[in-house]
Amino acid sequence: MEWTVVVGRYNPEEPTEPDESLPGPPPPFARGFPKSYQEYAVDLPPHAAVLDALIYIREYVDESLVVRCACRSAICGSCAMWINGHANLACKSRLDKFAVDGKVTVEVAPSMRAVKDLVWDMTAFWQKHRAVMPWLEEKGPVPEREYRVPAAAMENLVQEVSCISCGACLMDCESFAVNPDFLGPHALAKAYRYADDPRDAATEDRLTRYSEPRSGIWECTHCYECVQQCPKGVAPMDQILKLRRMAVQAGQTDNNGTRHADAFADSVRHTGRLDELALVPKSYGIFNIGANLKQLPGAWNLLRAGKLLSMLHGPIPGVQRIRDVFDKVGGRFGGRRDGEAIDAYDRPFHRL
Amino acid sequence: MAFDHDVVVLGAGLAGMRAGLEAARSGADVAIVSKVHPVRSHSNAAQGGINAALAPEDSWELHAFDTVKGADYLADQDAVEILCREAPGDIIELEHMGVVFYRDEEGKLGTRAFGGASRARTYFVGDITGQALLYTLYDQILKAGVRVYEEWFATSLVVAEGACRGLIALDMLHGDIHLLRAKAVIVCTGGIGRVFEPSTNALICTGDGMSLAYRAGAPLMDMEMVQYHPTTLKGSGFLLSEAARGEGAYLLNAAGERFMERYAPKSLELASRDVVSRAETKEIAQGRGVDGCVLLDCRHLGKDVIMRKLPQIHELALDFAGVDMITDPVPIRPGMHYAMGGIKTDVDGKTRVPGLYAAGECACVSLHGGNRLGANSLLDTLVFGRRAGREAAARAMETEPSKHGENVLADEQRRLRALLERPYLGETHARLRLEMGTAMDRYVAVERDAGGLAKALEEIRTLRERYERVSVGDKGRIYNQALTFVLELGFMLDCADAAVRSAIARTESRGAQYRTDFPERNDAEWLKHVLIVHGRSDPEYLPVTITRWQPEARTY
Repeated sequence: MEWTVVVGRYNPEEPTEPDESLPGPPPPFARGFPKSYQEYAVDLPPHAAVLDALIYIREYVDESLVVRCACRSAICGSCAMWINGHANLACKSRLDKFAVDGKVTVEVAPSMRAVKDLVWDMTAFWQKHRAVMPWLEEKGPVPEREYRVPAAAMENLVQEVSCISCGACLMDCESFAVNPDFLGPHALAKAYRYADDPRDAATEDRLTRYSEPRSGIWECTHCYECVQQCPKGVAPMDQILKLRRMAVQAGQTDNNGTRHADAFADSVRHTGRLDELALVPKSYGIFNIGANLKQLPGAWNLLRAGKLLSMLHGPIPGVQRIRDVFDKVGGRFGGRRDGEAIDAYDRPFHRL
Repeated sequence: MAFDHDVVVLGAGLAGMRAGLEAARSGADVAIVSKVHPVRSHSNAAQGGINAALAPEDSWELHAFDTVKGADYLADQDAVEILCREAPGDIIELEHMGVVFYRDEEGKLGTRAFGGASRARTYFVGDITGQALLYTLYDQILKAGVRVYEEWFATSLVVAEGACRGLIALDMLHGDIHLLRAKAVIVCTGGIGRVFEPSTNALICTGDGMSLAYRAGAPLMDMEMVQYHPTTLKGSGFLLSEAARGEGAYLLNAAGERFMERYAPKSLELASRDVVSRAETKEIAQGRGVDGCVLLDCRHLGKDVIMRKLPQIHELALDFAGVDMITDPVPIRPGMHYAMGGIKTDVDGKTRVPGLYAAGECACVSLHGGNRLGANSLLDTLVFGRRAGREAAARAMETEPSKHGENVLADEQRRLRALLERPYLGETHARLRLEMGTAMDRYVAVERDAGGLAKALEEIRTLRERYERVSVGDKGRIYNQALTFVLELGFMLDCADAAVRSAIARTESRGAQYRTDFPERNDAEWLKHVLIVHGRSDPEYLPVTITRWQPEARTY
């Protein structure tokens, strides 16, 4: 079958002006680079992968086209790239599933810096990986044999251990796109894997580190892009939410993130809906004048767009039923009965 | 530029990182050089697990016997003893480093059964054991602060005054060629998968280190011993782990018959890999195959076991063959998988070139002899990576810093520039590699004979001539893969040549070498290794070391 592969090309030795005449998804947020799009026609069976097409081009059509790849079977994590505007592994993306009218577009994700063609600079990716202290800190002297730990505790970590560091999650991470300091889904998933390892001795230090403003767990906006793009089912956002629960349980609550979550839940619990106006001062602290003022333009836009429902925020009819739900769920936002474990921190948001 | 280190490790898979870690622990200044980022290394692809006699009902002697028998008595038994004695310690160390090994109900390490093993002694993380180990070791490298030159492609070793003094490497991201001076170099570059087409191996498995060491004067040993894995996916040739059969999957022919009953009545599907691959080849040749394949049937294992213990191969079969193994049997066939042979080393990784060490798949200690047992390869990388790292560090401590290499650097720069500037003469690396791979898969596969091997040798000779006319289709400096592919093809042709010549020399059938013209094992004449030495046309031979297990008939 005939396919057209449109490749976003970049050669640092011969920088080109972007060719606007060829199709290519417009970058929503460009940290990008000038690139041109080149079309290649290839003849491959329908079940062939985008990577097969790229390898074919590289071998028989244009030896100057470069792409990282090794295993061809979604294990080594080399070939993540933007395919039709979303991050994917080229080896796992079948032409018949991705081509639109026989055409598929591949390029380095615009949130990343290209080295050449489809090869992107992974320096930041690995710095983030390194920053979460991705190793066990031993608890005193190691035992003579293996650590005895529950089977379930180990199986729980296998989801993250399946991560192949392809970078698909970071490529499409909305938070990273606007905040390069954010550790990102891959690194925080790794962070969870070590923080919740019963053999690790540094859990508290880790949770403090991972709760840092600008870089840590509260920078995730729950956009689900990482869950969607991860080719190995790691669901990085889920791991971040588990970290949040661990952090709050460990008392890491003096931060905007926890306050924001508290304010969110409080508002819904008491009135049945979100009080956008109260959310800001409650998240940043009422006396944090600077931070509150910074939100004013946003609030004004919301107001103009009719997104701020009411200045007078009263309870909806039947709000008691919502409070009953909170009480039934229990945990941090429930009835706050004495002695009740804070174990359901994120449930009001994500499980209801 | 020139960089100085005590120990330079080439390759960042499990063997390379374990060697680097051990050398660093021994106090050496270590650098690891790898043409890909460490976690892209092919150790990733080891799915099933890692062997060790840790359980009370098991013993290192049983493990060693299984390994020697699996090797069809071609393994050196002193080396196998070391492998199996030291295995438990290395597994426990990995666990302490953080590998999330599967646990039993008591929270202790749990095992699964594997081919050719008399006890269940394979420790595992789902079916991503290699990946779990590789990441744990990478993170240990980070923790220890070992320097890694990522995406640096080694083009040659520096040998001066009778010893290895470092290597020359191309920094792919920037396009510069550098000299890395070292008091010891450890080659850990893995296998030669791309010499064959198809292969389960990654595109990066091109025998770089074997060829570099060979050119530097270290012999290649037992290169004819190329393992065909019994369960590779139809079409793509991707590996479906032995773990499937370890968990109880059946092999069926077109008639739905468990044909292994006829070939290995005791072990059935879990006979050693050479035995199962030969059985499959016979079934297919005798018309009992399905479209050139036989079937791997996991249906009776049930969805729960498949999804919990074999999720990755379930995904592979689904993505790359469109078969859901929960409801349908998967078409599979034998496919090139592993090189038992490699750079001849002693039990401490030493090659014949002073200062040059090797470990992992690129080395031949020899542990695996004629046929490697499943889950022994990960173990090999760790035990012998560690030993080579320690030995190389010890040498570095008593060796003066090298001043050699500047001339080699200049030579290499000239050579690569000439290669880049070579005009198009009608030959491309891709076409030559495909022809080489196809010829190897045809003549140097599960069944071989003198006629086919002679054809293969002639083919390789012609390809070598044509190689001199291959040009590089990218003239740039930055990330020039066309250039590295041409260099890799040169490495692969060395390995192919050595494999064919060894196969021709061994006029018997043993392990992976099944000669239809010499169908019997011949212990009287062939309890010896075949060594190919650079610049010599005739092979050299070395006797097999036998300590306590005399060769006997091999049945499963």
